[in-house]
Amino acid sequence: MNSYFRAKVLSNTPLNANTFLLILQPVEQVREPVPGQFYMIETGSSYDPLLKRPFSYLRRTPEGIQFLYSIRGKGTRLMRDFQPGKNVQAIGPLGNGYPKAGTRNTPVLIAGGTGVASIFSLAAQLPSKAYILYGARCNEDLILLNEVKELEHRDIVCIDCTDDGSCGMKGTVIDALNELIATDFSRIPSPLLYACGPRPMLESLSQIAREKELKGYVSLEEHMACGFGACLGCTVSTVKGNKRVCKEGPVFPIREIVW
Amino acid sequence: MVRELSVALGKLKLKNPVMTASGTFGYGEEYAQFVDLNALGAVVVKGISLKPMEGNPSPRICETSCGMLNAIGLQNIGVKKFLKEKLPYLRQFDTKIVVNVFGSTVQEYLRLSKMLDDAGVDGIELNVSCPNVKKGGIAFGTDRKVLARLVSTVKKAVKNAVVITKLSPNVPSIPEFSRTVEEAGSDVISLINTLPGMAIDIETRKPKLANVTGGLSGPAIKPVAVRMVWEAARSVAVPVIGIGGIVKTEDAIEFMLAGASAIQVGTGNFINPRATVEIAQGIATYLEKNGINDIKDLIGKLHVF
Ligand SMILES: Cc1cc2nc3c(=O)[nH]c(=O)nc-3n(C[C@H](O)[C@H](O)[C@H](O)COP(=O)(O)OP(=O)(O)OC[C@H]3O[C@@H](n4cnc5c(N)ncnc54)[C@H](O)[C@@H]3O)c2cc1C
Ligand SMILES: Cc1cc2nc3c(=O)[nH]c(=O)nc-3n(C[C@H](O)[C@H](O)[C@H](O)COP(=O)(O)O)c2cc1C
Ligand code: FES
Repeated sequence: MNSYFRAKVLSNTPLNANTFLLILQPVEQVREPVPGQFYMIETGSSYDPLLKRPFSYLRRTPEGIQFLYSIRGKGTRLMRDFQPGKNVQAIGPLGNGYPKAGTRNTPVLIAGGTGVASIFSLAAQLPSKAYILYGARCNEDLILLNEVKELEHRDIVCIDCTDDGSCGMKGTVIDALNELIATDFSRIPSPLLYACGPRPMLESLSQIAREKELKGYVSLEEHMACGFGACLGCTVSTVKGNKRVCKEGPVFPIREIVW
Repeated sequence: MVRELSVALGKLKLKNPVMTASGTFGYGEEYAQFVDLNALGAVVVKGISLKPMEGNPSPRICETSCGMLNAIGLQNIGVKKFLKEKLPYLRQFDTKIVVNVFGSTVQEYLRLSKMLDDAGVDGIELNVSCPNVKKGGIAFGTDRKVLARLVSTVKKAVKNAVVITKLSPNVPSIPEFSRTVEEAGSDVISLINTLPGMAIDIETRKPKLANVTGGLSGPAIKPVAVRMVWEAARSVAVPVIGIGGIVKTEDAIEFMLAGASAIQVGTGNFINPRATVEIAQGIATYLEKNGINDIKDLIGKLHVF
């Protein structure tokens, strides 16, 4: 089983102006990921960009490993041009992944923007009753809305929202959560939060968690050089000292993070 | 035909010239999933201090053209925990163990070095060149008098381990500083550490690192490093270890031709976690192809016009 492996690009499909679905097919024996884990992916073969970029996996199918990425800078711009058949080096699966909920817990999943990739990897494996709050700036950015809605067959309540109100509720996922808390929450048995999204969203969420004494986990992002615990470049401060997002994380108990 | 790949760093014999650069290889464990540590000449671990250190706030790293800036701030678990938890792990492997150390006083370097020497490590690399901490580090590396006192104090106290001084690239004259540490008794000289640098996000107008400045490493610094290794190697008789931007076999050979007896791979490990073993194999192939029987026939064999 190789953690550093070569893969072939199977497809690289635009889902909207800025977001792509990438499917990589490993050409070696690889380890299987668990929800919340990520991979370091090579974006170019020259020295600029130099480092691989971290991406959560979205789905693992017999055919390959799926990723959802949005264009941010140099590296992701090069990924946009990946053609089927191209060889890329990758490292993974990396990080700890989401801890399993207890049988009495009701998972409440919260995804903002491309954070949906990581949250979806978890949602797809939930056995029973759960909630998923999914928000983005606008209609077009709710790229996985159909897939998320399909989960409703499995007793998963989906609440979608957009900043501009072009789809679902108008407001952020934090607004949606506050709304849920104000209405239905007391009827949800032992809610357990799982969240991934932009940092300000996670920070607001941790405040709510503290006020309402909610338990749960957040998946964090930090700049990474290695992705496997060697460089100490990706630390986040926690109540138990500095921790590596790539190794002890990316998933942390929500109340451990010092924002 | 079996090619001779072993090199000597004073009394320290390496099975091949490939070492890891401090701070880029963790304590070795992190790479065991990628490489057979037995295949390395030596493992140089993350810089260790007497007491554990938390390091700098994030962001600590950012990428730059063909390189990266880091301001980790020497976060480490402290020497006690290292001896108890990390050293036994490394001892399982047939490779040499070099510990990179730093302190804020000569006494701290001395105590650390003695503890590690008593514990039986093969080499002690004095980091006198870290640009990311205010006290210690670079302050020792840029003052010749202080540097000489530091090196001679440590050298006198260390019985078995080889003493390596990691020179700062931020000195006016590499030949002079190289001679200073050689005269002070350093068994080996290694260079270069990172070069101080800075990057700014023009949208937010903030520096890209929380520490504002950081150390530049990677392919971007290689030409500077090759020049400095060449200057050091021709100024002293002690062996020199070449560091800076080594990613591939060709880079390693370049440093050896410039006079390095061994090389360290740093940032290259992040790009390719198997870089060290691939370079070791690549060097063997290079010797084969060029009909060279002993790698020592490569060291410093630069043809100057
Ligand atoms: C564990 C983890 C999982 C991730 N999963 C996904 C995913 O599933 N889908 C996705 O689209 N993105 C994901 N990201 C973010 C992704 O890694 C960055 O968007 C990407 O590295 C940007 O590379 P670039 O070369 O295009 O941008 P760069 O040119 O490197 O940077 C462009 C801008 O993005 C910022 N940036 C770069 N890296 C990060 C980062 N890691 N976190 C926050 N800001 C950053 C830079 O500061 C800069 O402002 C994840 C990050 C982490 C750490
Ligand atoms: C993330 C990081 C951490 C480092 N930590 C240390 C350290 O603890 N002690 C030290 O002497 N050098 C440290 N260095 C410097 C490297 O050992 C090496 O000298 C430098 O990076 C140049 O080599 P490279 O271009 O191959 O990376 C560090 C470098 C990086 C990139
Ligand atoms: S990215 Fe290197 S330790 Fe996390």
